[in-house]
Parts: sequence; structure tokens; C-alpha cells
Amino acid sequence: MARYLITRAWQSALTLLLSTIVVFLGVRALPGDPALALAGEDRSPEALEAIRHHYGLDQPLPLQFVRYVGRAAQGDFGESIRTGIPVSSMLTTALPVTVELAILAILLAAALGVGAGVLAAVRRGHPAEWLANGLALVGLSVPHFWLALLAILYLSVATGLFPASGFVPLLDNPVDNLHHLILPAVILGTGLAAIIMRQTRSAMLDSLSSDYVRTAKAKGLRPRAVITHHALRNSLIVVVTIVGLQLGGLISGAVVTEQIFGLPGFGKMTIDAVFQRDYPVIQAVVLLTATAYIVINFLVDLLYSVIDPRIRVTGDPA
Amino acid sequence: MTTAERTGTPSSAVEAPVLEVRDLSVAFRTEGGTVSAVDRVSLDLAPGEIVGMVGESGCGKSVTAMSIAGLLPGSARVTGSVRLQGTELVGTRESVLRRVRGKEIAYIFQEPMTSLNPVLTVGRQIGEVLQVHERMSGRAARARAVELLSLVGIPSAATRVDNYPHQLSGGMRQRVMIAMAVACGPKVLVADEPTTALDVTVQAGILQVLRDLRDRLGTSILIITHDLGVIADVADRVVVMYAGRVVERAPVTDLFAFPYHQYTAGLLSASPTPGVHAGTQRLQEIPGLVPVLSTQPDACTFADRCPAADARCREAAPPLEAVRPAINDHVAACWHPCPAPRTHVEEATA
Amino acid sequence: MTVLTVPTVDAAPAGLSRRTRVLRRLRRNPLAVVSFVVLALAAIIAVLSPWLAPYAVEQTDFGHTFAAPGTPGHVLGTDDLGRDVLSRIMLGARASLQVAILAVATSLVIGVPLGLAAGYFRAWDAVISRFTDLLLAFPFLIMAVGLAAIRGASLTNAAVAVGIAQIPGVIRVVRSDTLRLKSLDFVAAAVVDGASDLWVLARHILPNATSVILVQATVAIPVAILGEAVLSFLGLGIQPPAPSLGTMLATAQQFAARAPWAAVLPGVVIMGLALAFNVFGDALRDALDPKGDRR
Repeated sequence: MARYLITRAWQSALTLLLSTIVVFLGVRALPGDPALALAGEDRSPEALEAIRHHYGLDQPLPLQFVRYVGRAAQGDFGESIRTGIPVSSMLTTALPVTVELAILAILLAAALGVGAGVLAAVRRGHPAEWLANGLALVGLSVPHFWLALLAILYLSVATGLFPASGFVPLLDNPVDNLHHLILPAVILGTGLAAIIMRQTRSAMLDSLSSDYVRTAKAKGLRPRAVITHHALRNSLIVVVTIVGLQLGGLISGAVVTEQIFGLPGFGKMTIDAVFQRDYPVIQAVVLLTATAYIVINFLVDLLYSVIDPRIRVTGDPA
Repeated sequence: MTTAERTGTPSSAVEAPVLEVRDLSVAFRTEGGTVSAVDRVSLDLAPGEIVGMVGESGCGKSVTAMSIAGLLPGSARVTGSVRLQGTELVGTRESVLRRVRGKEIAYIFQEPMTSLNPVLTVGRQIGEVLQVHERMSGRAARARAVELLSLVGIPSAATRVDNYPHQLSGGMRQRVMIAMAVACGPKVLVADEPTTALDVTVQAGILQVLRDLRDRLGTSILIITHDLGVIADVADRVVVMYAGRVVERAPVTDLFAFPYHQYTAGLLSASPTPGVHAGTQRLQEIPGLVPVLSTQPDACTFADRCPAADARCREAAPPLEAVRPAINDHVAACWHPCPAPRTHVEEATA
Repeated sequence: MTVLTVPTVDAAPAGLSRRTRVLRRLRRNPLAVVSFVVLALAAIIAVLSPWLAPYAVEQTDFGHTFAAPGTPGHVLGTDDLGRDVLSRIMLGARASLQVAILAVATSLVIGVPLGLAAGYFRAWDAVISRFTDLLLAFPFLIMAVGLAAIRGASLTNAAVAVGIAQIPGVIRVVRSDTLRLKSLDFVAAAVVDGASDLWVLARHILPNATSVILVQATVAIPVAILGEAVLSFLGLGIQPPAPSLGTMLATAQQFAARAPWAAVLPGVVIMGLALAFNVFGDALRDALDPKGDRR
């Protein structure tokens, strides 16, 4: 267990370092003079010189990298070229929106996906299995930004059941907050729910035909106990990994969903930054996403080793 | 294990059997139609008796075993009768069968690694049976699990109870399976190839545990195996199956001494017997493969592989009956039973 | 050399009979047949769309803006600039498929050799694993954002972003299949016989890994179609006025209340394409599964 975690920890650290280098070099790969790109509107030679000095662009590359990492580690990502607001404070307001949206989407997707997956595996050959499989295929195939458009068109605008856009912070009014987030979260969760459903179903079919489930039946356990205590417990290990690996897809999805529903989150901030060529913001966003992905997947591995005793002892994923 | 010890154990003739299987047939619905897997199998299990069921793989042994407590999948159609102390089990509601499984009839399977749930401690898996059937509390079930583990010969049971299956050796896992099976003191223990996946040295230990349980708890055991050595080691009586049918049934010593059915004879000569085969005779292979039962309803299923088969064998299935009327606990389904050596016949009829 | 040919000869007829068996299973599966027909039609329309489309895609007609579907001359109606929706959908689907195929080809060209190397050479495995981790750390949209920032938004860049995002998946499946094949006897026989690593990879492992690669490619295409649509919708992909299903939805969003069909139809086409690929991918995987029709 300890060895496994140490290996994973150093692998994660290495990936983190590599991704930082990639982002750092990516900014240097901007067409033309980076100072020019960073300068925005004011392109006087003095301004460019000041930018070069501010960003240390007049120094050797390795030194620039060290300074860059040092600043980023302190949460200093510079200021937005457009607004002059520090990127870190932009992130502090935007991130909670996205995190809440993502958590809601994951919870909804997990509940729906695991439920439907178990149902489809247990009720093999039933219409229920057919329906669940079909819905999962549609969930995989539907462009969710389009689903969002339709939802706004037919649910928000037509019936007024849900607000079409806007956001209320959780602490200001939890009910309003949920009211604004529930539709985006459902739509963001559809793809993930479909993936979780298919994985759960496949894992459940494997465990239901396994010898240990036969043993559980031979012990006289009720079907419900066989499914929840024996088959599902083993299948959930798979689901936890899936959520970790699908995090990238979820972040991508959140960007679009926020854009459509006008949620003032991380995604909207990213898209706005791209169109305004707000490089410090883009750089911070990319670096932060990579870090979040790596750290969360490391945590998933930790969780994994808690759920699966085989890893805890052998130090090797089965 | 000598013959003298064997004769001391009760036989079906003396006491009412715990388990009576009569004309049990199992067919599976498949895409290609119905396939028969077990055809009119009958057998008895007396209290404290160990019956061995032997046959090649695919002959319906395991299907018979699973059908006893109704553990076959929904695609199986089971007919005939299985009575546990007089209570009919075939066609009984699931809720009733659930109270029988694990409590009255318990199972041990071939692969102790895959038959135990990898993510639960062995203590929990044993305790689960007690919580379900004996309504024990978690704490009491755990304490009982420790006792059971030491009963089946697991050293330092108090710490092993918190182990996961992968932390135990193959033999220990099978002991855990046995502990789980006997937790509620079942009347009948069905052991489906309990030693096949284990090393020879470990096998002997497991068989010893089964014998101990029979002696101490009076459990009747149906042991299913393709290994005649296991049968010779523990069984009181033997049922030989071939292609879904019982072809011979006899007390273990009789069967080994003078098999009637040509298949049994073939099976015996395909297994090494110390002294007989050592260096002198070659082991005989039975040519051909086990046929699919559904293709031959009105013939001896062994006819195609049998050295003594003739036209009659291909036209009518022989009944399972006493070959020599005087010895009525040795029955075989064969039109051309092997001639028993003269001395044996005289011994038996005397 | 003589011994070496034995496994190859052995593998060939087995592969052939396997192919016929897989095709037979596919033909017997109605879902596979339907999805295949849909995909074949879509491919034909996509290829021929420049000639099939009733109007030039960029031809505006301000006299007939927001014509409803069913209007004579405009079966699926017109958009805000009076452009024919049917023509734009046909060419948009063509662009979607182009990007998807380009993206998946990119991911295969890079991913397959890396997957083979990771599975075959122990020493490379750790390095390639770190590379995979690194790619995974940049979610596809973030990668696209970065690419768009550096190189500008275009069809090619959208395809590259989508393709890069799919490399880890290709590496993973090819690597695990290589590991499996490497342990098989015929590969071991070739190695014992002194075949070079490259020879073994090219002649023994890659041909046997094709079915896995094929399935991976089939399931990657719908992901790529959706990815392209998202990028174009956000303005990071194909640039207007060139037609793309994603950009059509982006413009339709602005007047969705007035012309809902313009917001519905392109989405239906995207979903239809993705669904057909997903259904066919499932059927293909089932047909290739040696365990038969378990699922």
C-alpha cells in the first residue's frame, strides 16, 4: 500500500512538472513577440519593455521557468490584460460556480448511471434493460450543448420552470442557487451518466456471473443482498475510476454548459479569455485544469485503494 | 481409511435418508432448442453418509448438485423430486428455498479463490450466513466465525478472521469455504470438486476436514469429483454418472472391486491404482467424448465408446437395476455388465 | 526461417474464418445493419454534397429569411440570412465527418506505434505512460483553447485538438492488446526463432491487434463528431461562413425563439451520426468478442 502510494505520488508529481513545462513553453510558442501578445492595446516600446521586465522575458529561459513556477505556486498568475484584475481573484469568484456545477453533475450522473446500470444488468432481457441501454446510447451521442439549447428553448423560455441564465451564489440563497444550477447540472451530467451506466452494467454482468455471487446465493441471501453486498460493491470500484478518468470530459463540458447558461464560472471565463486574447488568464486556466486533473486522479487512486483491499496489500492494481 | 471403518457408517437401508433425489431431470432452454443435461437421476443420502458422485467433466454432476437447492439459472427446467427430510424442494418458492440454502443444504465450490468475494473479509462472509439464518448480531456472528475457522483447522483464527481472501493460501481459502458452509450446521453439504484446484498435499487436509465434520456434526456429504482417488479416500457409496444419467451406484468397496458398467470399468482402468498399474500395465484411455444427451433418448449413451456395445445398446436405454439380484445395493444400467471375478461374486453372495 | 513461417500460416486461415464469422454476426444483428446503412448513406451524401446540395451554401436570400421547413424550394427552411438549411446541413455533415476522420487518423498514427512500443518494450512503458498522463491532464476543450490561442481557430486545429485528446485511449487499448499478444505462444515462437522486434511487431502483433484498433476507431469517431461540434459552436473550430453543424447551432441560438427548427435540425443530424457510429461500434465489439453473444 505505502509503496503503491509513493509510486503514484511521484508519478503525479512528475506529470505535474511536465504539464507546467508544457504550459510555460506553450505561452512562449505564441506567434510573434510574447510581449506584444501580452501587451494588449498599449503597444508603445516603453510598455513592451515594461512587460518584458515584468514577466522576466529579458532573462534566460530556465530562470524564467523557475520564477514562473514560484509565482504560480503562490497563486500569482498575473493580471488580466483586459480588465487589470488579478487572475487569482477572478478565479476565486469563478471557481466555486464550476466546482458546485461539477459536483452536482457528478452526483446526478452517478445516481442515475449506477441505478440504470444495475437495473439493466439485473433485468436482462426485460424492456427495462432495453430502455436503459437505448437511453445510454443516446446519452453518449447527444451533443449536450444542443440539449442545453433545447432545454432553454422548451423548458425555460416556454414554461418558465427554470431560469434560462444567471446565477445566485449558494450562500446568498441556496434554493435559488439550486434552481439556477439544476438544469445545467442535469445536462452536463448526461454524458457522464451514460458512461457510468454502461460501465456499471458491464461490471455488474461480470460480477453477477461470478463464483462469489453463486456462493452468496448458495448461502441463502436475498437477491437484494446478493446484488448490493456482493455484486455492486465490486462493480463500484470500476465506477470510481471512471469518474476520475472522465473528469477531463466533465471540465470540457462545464465550459460549454456555463457558456450557454451564462453561469459566471471558470468555463465562461476561459472562453471569454480566448476571444479577448487574454493570455495570462488562458495560461492560468490551462495550468489550473491540468493540476486539478492530476491531483484529483491521485485522490481517486487513494480512494480506490481504500475500497479495494487487494491493492491495499499487494500495492498493485488488479 | 479401511473397509472396517466404512461398514460402521449407517447406510440408506438402515435409516431414513436425509436427502432423497428421485428422477431428477434438468433441461436448458438455449437458442438451438432445449438441451437436456440431467436425465432421471435418483440418489439417497443417509444421515452422516458421504456419497461420492463421479464422472467426466460435462456429465451433469455439477448441474445435479446445483439443482438440489434450486441454484440453477432461470433457463433451466427442473423436473422430478428432491426431498429434504421429506420436504419437497423442486418447484418450491424462492423464499422457502432461501431458508434451506446455507442453513439445511450448504455448498462448497471448486475454486476457493473466485468463490469468495475478494473485497470482503472472510469473517464478514462467514458471519453473513449466521446473520441471515440465525439472526445473530454482527458481534456474535464474528465470534462464531472465529470458532468456525478454528474448527476447520485454521491456525490463529482470531487474526485470520479479518483477512481478505487474497491474503490466504488456496487450502486455507477452501477451509474458509467449508467454515462458511457448516456455519449453520446443515444437514447436507454439497461439495462440488472441493479439492480439484488444490495441491495434492492440501487436498488430503481438506478431505480430512470433511471427514471430521461428518464424524463430529453428523453432516451428510455429497462430494462431486472426477477424481476416483478422492472417492476412494472419503466416500461410503458412489454414484457414477455418464452423459446426464446415473449408470452405476454401489458401496465404494464393491465398485472398486467389481465394477459392472463398462463405463465404470473404463474409468477405473483410466486411473492409476497403486500395485496394479505400477510399471506393468498401461493406463487405458476411454476413446471418444461425452455425447450430448438430447441426441440419444432411446439408447445407452455410452454405446459409441463402449467396447461391448451391440445393436441392442443403440436401440434401448438399459434400466438401472441390480445386476445380481442378491446384491441389491449395487445397481448398474448396462446391457452387458462386466463379468465379476468369480471370487468376488462368491464373497458377495455368501 | 522455416519454423517462423509456421505461426504465420497458422494465424492466416484462423483470421480469415474469424472475419467471415464476425461478418455473419454483424449481418444477423438488425441494429448493426440499420446503423451501417445509415452510415453508408451519410458517407455518400457527405462525399457528393457539393453536387447534391440544392443551393450554394453561402448563397443568401434576404427576401426569404426564416422560411419554415416545408417551404417550396427550401425543404428544411432557411436561416437568418435566407440560406438553405438543407444545403448547409449536408455540407456541415461533410465537414463534421472530415474533422472526425482527420482527428481519429491523427490519434491512430500517433497512438498505435506508442501503444505497441509501450506494450512490447518494458523500458518504454514508463515513459509512454507519463506521456499519456500528461495528455490526459489537458482536457480536450482546454487543449483546443490553448491551440486556438497559439495557432488560431480553424478546421485543422479543431481536428488536431480532438485527435490529440484521443491519443491516450488508443495507446491504452493497443498497449493492453500488445501485452496480451506478446504472451501468446506464436509470438514467443517467433522470438525464440530469432525474429527481430520490429518484425514481430509488424508481422505478428499489429495484424492481430487490428480488431481492437478498429473498435477503438469506431467509438472514437462519434466522440470526435461531438468534439468538432462543440468547438465550432464556441467559435474555436470551422470559421463562418463555411458551414458546420456546430456553427449553425451557434447562430440558431440567437434567434431560437423565432426559428426553432434551425436550432433543432443540425443537432438531430449530429446526434444521428454519433448514434449510428455508437450503435455500430457496439455491434462490432459484440461481433468481435470471442466469448460470443454474452452482451
